Amino acid sequence: MSEKNPIDVNALMQAIPYARYLGITVDQRGNEITTVLHFSQHLIGNPVLPALHGGVIGAFLETTAIAQLAFEFAAGDASAAALPKPIGLTIDYLRSGRPMDTYGRAEITKQGRRVATVRAEAWQDDRSRPIAAAHGHFLLQAADDTAP
Amino acid sequence: MSNPDFTPEHIAMMKGVLIEHVPHAKAIGMTVEDAKRGEAWLSVPYSENLIGNPETGVIHGGVITSLLDNACGIAVQLALAERQSIATLDLRIDYMKPATPKLGLMAHTHCYKVTKNIAFVRGTAYHTDEDDPIAACVGTFMLAANRAMPVPVTAEAAAEAMKILAKNKEGAA
Repeated sequence: MSEKNPIDVNALMQAIPYARYLGITVDQRGNEITTVLHFSQHLIGNPVLPALHGGVIGAFLETTAIAQLAFEFAAGDASAAALPKPIGLTIDYLRSGRPMDTYGRAEITKQGRRVATVRAEAWQDDRSRPIAAAHGHFLLQAADDTAP
Repeated sequence: MSNPDFTPEHIAMMKGVLIEHVPHAKAIGMTVEDAKRGEAWLSVPYSENLIGNPETGVIHGGVITSLLDNACGIAVQLALAERQSIATLDLRIDYMKPATPKLGLMAHTHCYKVTKNIAFVRGTAYHTDEDDPIAACVGTFMLAANRAMPVPVTAEAAAEAMKILAKNKEGAA
């Protein structure tokens, strides 16, 4: 994967309007990436606690999984068109997301020819206390018959 | 289920309480379109901010997650005998087909079982035909999850909406 010219995953993510809207960037160090969900008021779901919206956390984990897939499998000329498509995603909400930056990491547990299985985790100030975890299946674009 | 649980006026009243206090829901233009006891219909309009694939203009899966999560939460609130704070425990989403660019999204969710601690919900996201879904979800919610309740826009609107909810539950019980 990263022995050959790693792709700029952050640039790829910044090309996605919704990732920009949520404020997601990718911190790429060596052969690892961490996604960052920069806190902003419009991500709040419960203003009293206050807590991040569950949907935002789900979207962040999904984006983290996609970023990891792109990082490991996309070719050097990767464009947004080649992004894997989610088939199913299960999110476990473990703690409420506080109004601060959130970090995400994903791990590809299995990559098949058409489908990849990915686990992702999000945390805030303490990685051993994740706020949410997800696992999902993604359709790899190269194998997608419906792609143009 | 044919009893008219909420009149259009009731729904208009509850919109404020159920959506206005959720900054993210407001930010992406979520609206309660219809409501029944334990069921909710929500919409989100198409917007360029929500695109997940800039080459096709297809909405990001995360928007569907937000819509379904929020709609599930509202269905739970509408199923409870009294208002209490809830928290999503888990949510599973299956994506059946990409959303069509330029079309708004709808979600219909149904809280089909409430126990002492947990509420069970399922739902679908679609454009206009619920039988042609974009995504389906099942979720569980923890009841009385914490002491902090979401703040309604105005105390009057909240009190009014709660009265409506209570009255309808009495009638339906």
